[in-house]
Amino acid sequence: MHREKEVLLKIRNAQTYFPVQKGLLKRTVGHVRAVDNVSLDVYRGETLGLVGESGCGKTTLGKSILQLVRPTGGEFIYNFDGQEKDLRKLSNEEMMQARKRLQIVFQDPHSSLNPAFTIFGSLQDPLKKFGIKSKEERKQIIGDLLEAVNLRREYMHRYPHEFSGGQRQRIGIARALSLGPELIICDEAVSALDVSIQAQVLNLLLELKEKHKLTYIFISHDLSVVEYMSDRIAVMYLGKIVELAQAEDLFANAMHPYSQALLSAIPVAEVGRKRNRIVLEGNVPSPVDPPPGCAFHPRCPYAMEMCKTTVPELRKHIIDGREHHVACHLTDARAVTTQKTS
Amino acid sequence: MSRTASRLDRKMDLLKMQEKEGLLKSKEGSRAVGKFIQNKLALIGLVVFAVILLSSIFAPLLTKYDPAMIDLRARLSPPSWEHLFGTDKLGRDVFARVLYGGRISILVGFGGALGAALVGVSLGTYAGYKGGWLDKILLRVSEIFMAFPQIILVLLLVSLLGQSLWNLLVIFTITGWGSVYRMARSQMLSIREEEYVQALKAFGLSDAIIAYKHMLPNALGPIMVNLTLSTAMFILEETALSFLGLGVPLHIPTWGNILNAAQDLTILQEAWWIWVPVGLVISAFVLSINFVGDGLRDSADPTQQG
Repeated sequence: MHREKEVLLKIRNAQTYFPVQKGLLKRTVGHVRAVDNVSLDVYRGETLGLVGESGCGKTTLGKSILQLVRPTGGEFIYNFDGQEKDLRKLSNEEMMQARKRLQIVFQDPHSSLNPAFTIFGSLQDPLKKFGIKSKEERKQIIGDLLEAVNLRREYMHRYPHEFSGGQRQRIGIARALSLGPELIICDEAVSALDVSIQAQVLNLLLELKEKHKLTYIFISHDLSVVEYMSDRIAVMYLGKIVELAQAEDLFANAMHPYSQALLSAIPVAEVGRKRNRIVLEGNVPSPVDPPPGCAFHPRCPYAMEMCKTTVPELRKHIIDGREHHVACHLTDARAVTTQKTS
Repeated sequence: MSRTASRLDRKMDLLKMQEKEGLLKSKEGSRAVGKFIQNKLALIGLVVFAVILLSSIFAPLLTKYDPAMIDLRARLSPPSWEHLFGTDKLGRDVFARVLYGGRISILVGFGGALGAALVGVSLGTYAGYKGGWLDKILLRVSEIFMAFPQIILVLLLVSLLGQSLWNLLVIFTITGWGSVYRMARSQMLSIREEEYVQALKAFGLSDAIIAYKHMLPNALGPIMVNLTLSTAMFILEETALSFLGLGVPLHIPTWGNILNAAQDLTILQEAWWIWVPVGLVISAFVLSINFVGDGLRDSADPTQQG
């Protein structure tokens, strides 16, 4: 019943560091480890949710995949119809082909469209670059794109300030679709919208996914949105993935203490219902100088001696016959004991 | 009642049709113009500016005298109906010289500002967007140019290149591009973080198209204001240089060359009509340009839009 899943994007040990420079001579005194040894598979046709609090590296990971931010290390192997190539090592010609397949939808609808151009003016240059020479044809395509996101085609002659936030976001989606991509990175695509508009845009995204056979990497800090959208969810903390599982497994049975704390923070619309909120102590440590061992140990209620010294690896556990990746010594220890007893 | 309604309907239909055809233009431009017109000071500035500019351009219609015509019988005659601003040491009509001199002075001012803007903007736009070593080097070079007192640098270059109108334009471009460069660069630094720029990058568009075609229009407002203000500055500088005898060659009438006569103490003390009117014209013109520049800045700033 379950088809063999095809890996579209294989990320191995991705690292994106930003140098921290100090003093008159701009000496590099350290690095902000925005993305620190992330390994991840993205399957064709799925929606992978990426959650975590502000500054944990979600957006940097998304931009690193697109090479908008140059990754410092690691491999980003993309499946070009069976041919696997590292996005970091493409020739210019190959990169151009990759640009067609990978696109991004941005967070802020107010800065994602150029205020000096009409929608047509903003959207036509990529089409021009990819070989659509006649203006009439470009008009036709952009009109179709606008209709695909439930806007009227004559809107292409309007300027961005004439649209509402939701409309702009849909134009941003139309732009991402314009070259027929396979993988779209939705970087907080609905975070700036109010809730009723969020729902519209989310449903539009789901609809487009069906229609165009898209794969999404859905970056958000809003867990309920991610739950609604995603097949699988990866939880990030301080540049690392701490847990990766099927969406329903993660929500039913979060293994990592950080994921548990995150999930316990989701508000519930039920009067008088009490929940056990796990309130984390302290702040997120600086990614310039992350704590040794498990980066989460200073805030973890279950921290053990081992957590302070050894970095836990993202390990695959099989729970009720399903894959569940966790990077936690505690889970590892429990898994060992369960294995021993059985 | 129903008649008005149907008329409104028809109007709406017309608007909708126009929108479909893409004929409906944004009202943005006219709003900025309205804002500018409401600014009294800017409007007065614009009128003064236009009057001086037009009377320089149409000088032959306003005076019958040739600015270079020497009439030794009428040396140093005070203002009269014959000579509105009197005559100078060689009997040349000062009114004619002020009018014709405006042509060169304004040309030098605009030309210098335009040249500096052209160089500064084209370098600053690209370097500001790309960053890296190119930007670092250009930034240092512009700082070197700006660290010199400008008048000293100009004096140096004039004595190296010699005196001519074109040399003066070149010199103003060389000394003036630095500030425009820094301005364009700083604009680009903030614009390049906008998400639409990231989106264009994600399409792999070339740097030149992203920087010049998509980003530059959003940086143009402050640059235009700077253009007007530096025009005023260059007019003053031309005047100062010509006063020192290092600007445009002395036989060409310019505002500065007219003032140059006031170096002579007897003229300064006894023939006020040679230097007072031209001084007033220079002040009025520079002031009017500054008012226009301020008005442009206020009207172009969308945060001040009513």
